[in-house]
Amino acid sequence: MLEVWSLPFMQRALVAGLIMALLAGYYGPFVVQRGLSFLGSGLAHAAFGGVALGLLLGVEPLWVAVPFTAAVALGITWVRERTHIRGDTAVGIFFAFSMALGIVFLSLKREYTAEAFTYLFGSILAVTPADLWASAGLLALTALTLPLWGRWAYATFDRELAAADRVPVMLDDYLMAFLIALVVVVAMKLVGLLLVAAFLVIPAAAARQWTRTFLGMVLGAVGVGVVSVVAGLAVSYSYDLPSGATIVLLQALVFTVAALAFRRR
Amino acid sequence: MNEPRRGPEPAVELRNLTVRFGDHLALEDVNLAVPPGAFVAIVGPNGAGKSTLLKVLLGLVQPTSGEVRVLGSPPSRVDPRRIGYVPQFKTLDRTFPALAEDLVASGLRRAWPGRLTPEERKRVRAALERVGAGHLMGRAVSRFSGGELQRVYLARAFVRRPELVMLDEPATGIDVLGEADMYRLLEDYQKETGATLLMITHDWEAAYHHATHVIVLNRRLIGFGPPERALSERCLREAFGHVGHAHGISLSFGGNRHA
Ligand SMILES: Nc1ncnc2c1ncn2[C@@H]1O[C@H](COP(=O)(O)OP(=O)(O)OP(=O)(O)O)[C@@H](O)[C@H]1O
Ligand SMILES: [Mg+2]
Repeated sequence: MLEVWSLPFMQRALVAGLIMALLAGYYGPFVVQRGLSFLGSGLAHAAFGGVALGLLLGVEPLWVAVPFTAAVALGITWVRERTHIRGDTAVGIFFAFSMALGIVFLSLKREYTAEAFTYLFGSILAVTPADLWASAGLLALTALTLPLWGRWAYATFDRELAAADRVPVMLDDYLMAFLIALVVVVAMKLVGLLLVAAFLVIPAAAARQWTRTFLGMVLGAVGVGVVSVVAGLAVSYSYDLPSGATIVLLQALVFTVAALAFRRR
Repeated sequence: MNEPRRGPEPAVELRNLTVRFGDHLALEDVNLAVPPGAFVAIVGPNGAGKSTLLKVLLGLVQPTSGEVRVLGSPPSRVDPRRIGYVPQFKTLDRTFPALAEDLVASGLRRAWPGRLTPEERKRVRAALERVGAGHLMGRAVSRFSGGELQRVYLARAFVRRPELVMLDEPATGIDVLGEADMYRLLEDYQKETGATLLMITHDWEAAYHHATHVIVLNRRLIGFGPPERALSERCLREAFGHVGHAHGISLSFGGNRHA
């Protein structure tokens, strides 16, 4: 079994997957507790619009997807803060809009674009060194936000108390939406837009079942992410299964076991 | 307009404070100077602007016009550690994984704690014990009853030893014996530290017995002064209007005031 990890493409997949597990473990608890679970998949669909625009313009799709997705994330946050529309509705509007844009962009290209479909399902086994650098860069950027963790968690628990203690809650909402957009775009390349949300939501939701503190939830989410990436890659290699989907299935398995074992009585 | 008398700087000072939400006038031309060390009860009907007044002092609501000073500075300049606050409506996320001590420690750190230091744990335990909630250490906030949660919020407000305490209907959900304990706690804390207390309440009796000053508010400031004066029939009728009239406002408060 261990010789699996001597293959260079498996090593790159492992490193990329572990970085994703760390990022998702860090942001996932905020996503879950702030009721933004739908945001992950909404942003992934928005990213698809960006990818399609990149393909149309003939430039590297990720360079277009990143600003496009970030803009959509900020737009969703603006609608949440400044209108009477609830967050899930804002996500629903923006993601349908970006998806429609993506479809129009692809149709304008007037030739078959198989590349678009690699973004639907991702390809963690085809991780390029450039993808690895992008993930590592995002991890480094996230490390810079560690001093903000306490105030983010404070505002997640009780927004008014945090605001009364002069936490810039609105600025933090935008900042967090922006960072989550970056995570989504990078994760989309690895696991595909259809499964991106799983990474942000399932490990955190699983960890919530057995943890009693927010720090515990973060550590638990990282743990679930790491275990499912390592086991998922090994299993998918051994049985010739799609790796992204295998990882997500393992996460769902952990969630299910936890939900049954720690259900509320 | 009278110039305020020279003396100790007021803990809270409002000049011509007006707050508008769209075309709704919540507070109109309020002028007020609360002396430091006062225990102020704020009374008035529902929708009178009581909570709004506290939120202005906390910097959560921006005045439409007028001047606000809290502990000598505009609200946005005061170090929030000098202020303790218990909100009327808790906007907490009930599904958030939090223990009572995490919530209280957030009052010390102005941030959510990961792990508490032994020193923090000691202060948190003492604060919880003071509000009769020592036994809630280690228990999950998500399962607390209304009164238990209220006590934890009180502990959170006091753990930072604030100079100015703002309590929005703090007796909500607290049982009768607990209420007496709470007023004793407030009075003791006030005597011990010389802090200024602002407490919104619908309990005129409690205001009469425990406060040194009473604010009667109904959009405009109707009365401000010692309880005997502010809780006069004229002020209350003006504030509560026909409602009080119809039910016959009772002004015969039993017993003697403490303090
Ligand atoms: N953010 C807001 N936007 C619009 N209107 C508001 C807002 N906050 C308060 N109001 C209005 O201002 C008025 C005063 O509200 P406030 O909460 O200060 O009343 P209150 O005296 O605390 O009442 P209660 O005794 O019911 O708690 C109310 O009519 C309320 O509807
Ligand atoms: Mg109120």
